[in-house]
Amino acid sequence: MRFIFKTAYDQDIRLAKHGGHHFWYALLLLALLAAPWWLESYGLAQLTFILIYGVVGLGLMLLAGYTGLLSIGHAAFLGVGAYTEAVLAGMGWPFPLSLACAAALSAIVGAVVGLPALRVKGIYLGIATLAFGFIVEELLARWESVTGGNAGKAVGSVQMFGWTADSSEKFYFVCLVVATVCTLAVLNLLRSPTGRAFVAIRDSEVSAQSMGIHLAYYKTLSFSISAALAGIGGALYAHQLRFLSPEQFGIIQSIDLLLMVVIGGLGSVHGAFLGAIFLIAMPQAIASFKDLLPAAIGQAPGLQAVIYGLVLITFVLFEPLGLYGRWLKMRTWFQLFPFYRKGLFKRQKAFTKSDRLK
Amino acid sequence: MTTLLQAKDLQVRFGGVLAVNKVSFEVRRGEVFTLIGPNGAGKTTVFNLISRFYTPTAGSLHFEGQALTGVPSHRIAALGIARTFQNIELFEHATVLQNLLIGRHIHHKRNLFGEMVFLPSVRAAERATRHKVEEVIEFLALQHYRESMVAGLPYGVRKVVELARALATGPKLLLLDEPSSGLNVEETGDMAFWIQDIQKDLGITVLMVEHDMTLVSRVSDRVLAMNQGEVLAMGTPSQVQAHPGVIEAYLGTADDATSLRRRPA
Repeated sequence: MRFIFKTAYDQDIRLAKHGGHHFWYALLLLALLAAPWWLESYGLAQLTFILIYGVVGLGLMLLAGYTGLLSIGHAAFLGVGAYTEAVLAGMGWPFPLSLACAAALSAIVGAVVGLPALRVKGIYLGIATLAFGFIVEELLARWESVTGGNAGKAVGSVQMFGWTADSSEKFYFVCLVVATVCTLAVLNLLRSPTGRAFVAIRDSEVSAQSMGIHLAYYKTLSFSISAALAGIGGALYAHQLRFLSPEQFGIIQSIDLLLMVVIGGLGSVHGAFLGAIFLIAMPQAIASFKDLLPAAIGQAPGLQAVIYGLVLITFVLFEPLGLYGRWLKMRTWFQLFPFYRKGLFKRQKAFTKSDRLK
Repeated sequence: MTTLLQAKDLQVRFGGVLAVNKVSFEVRRGEVFTLIGPNGAGKTTVFNLISRFYTPTAGSLHFEGQALTGVPSHRIAALGIARTFQNIELFEHATVLQNLLIGRHIHHKRNLFGEMVFLPSVRAAERATRHKVEEVIEFLALQHYRESMVAGLPYGVRKVVELARALATGPKLLLLDEPSSGLNVEETGDMAFWIQDIQKDLGITVLMVEHDMTLVSRVSDRVLAMNQGEVLAMGTPSQVQAHPGVIEAYLGTADDATSLRRRPA
């Protein structure tokens, strides 16, 4: 059982709150840096995908988990980033520049998609973002002169100023650097006034306004940053897959992303990456289990979708805190052994809120 | 200037309902001014007018000489007006400390890229904010609850956190909406001491809505009694409590059984 004795305000502000944090995250970083040596090429490719989806998950976590704005069309931003990168890299732009442009363009699209958020709440915002998702997917399919339409678009390797990431190991390191920078940026944002403003908007808009938080500005900002992160993930996704087509960025992808953050654990940065691990590992698990099931179920076409849906429902019903919540509970069980009580993580239902003023 | 807040002929209509009708009062700097009245009198509506959640259909509001019409609700905190809510509106899924830190929002300058990189200036601003919040925690003795998630706190503690968050904004005028509702005698006594400390030590003007008459008599300098959206009486607590209209509408007497009579007396 760890008791942190605080003697300075910096201990509240720091990211790594105690020695344990320093140790385990350093170990994680070392393991990730050494991955090309202890993982074979298939595992490395999966790890690259986890990093990419983790970055996108960070964006959606910021939007849905921390600001409380539902977005069911997030794959649209993924697509915008991917195609921007594909077009600019095809024109020979160096990677940092094309990545920045992909992020910027996604951010602008995000700000536009976020406009309904200023007027509309909850599930209705979800519907609005879903509509935008379809619009963007259709745009990507129709704008054939730029995106190649439904015939698809090929993407080359990452290259910048003479250096090309021509092997999967080199591309893995590019993704690792980008993912680390994005994670640190999001963590810094969350411990700053902006991150706190997001949380305030999620929990009580009325109170947030009384605290001086400009709702329109911060909601739009949340959408923009979230879309920019999805755009960055999309740019890396383009280089990983080597081939883009509009149906990769449709509603199924959006639902996958939402699944990822909900199962990972809404409201925590760990949840984004745990969700990404789940998203990549689940199809593998299903594939290996398929043969054990009777043929009628195992070979049915929609098996993966059904299992995803069942897992999501199970998590929402029994583990609303997600994978990260389950990890916290297990860790607390070990830390407090044998004094762990079932009600430790139970949240009291809110007392009645003030009459809705708007 | 001694007048901090001035309301002149305030009127608010919701469809056919006249919630606030020709309400005028002024709050002087450094005093504790209380609004009393039965439920539905329009007291919280007046608060919502000051917080700019509603716009008056007639009349005006001036704070430190500046008209409040046209000021958006998120600018009210920066002017120096903070409020608490009748049914607590805290940020449930955040700790008490985070709630109070959010209260310091108006004292930060926007610096998006600086925050993402966490420049030393951002870090220094965070330390200063944390220090200011610690002062409020010490003032209201919330040290025990710093790291507690609000969702797990009892009602009495939440009320104090609500007050702390309003104080954290560093206001000139503090709007308290029923600060003692749901509190027992001891907690109400604590609240009375805190309101007096806020007035005398922190120099903050307090405008509050209250039903507990002992608390009202104890801390208020002046009282305004409202009924059905209109002003009934204004004056010192003893003057208002002796006013016959106020007694009939709100306070009642020891042997007041008029509502139980079947035939006129």
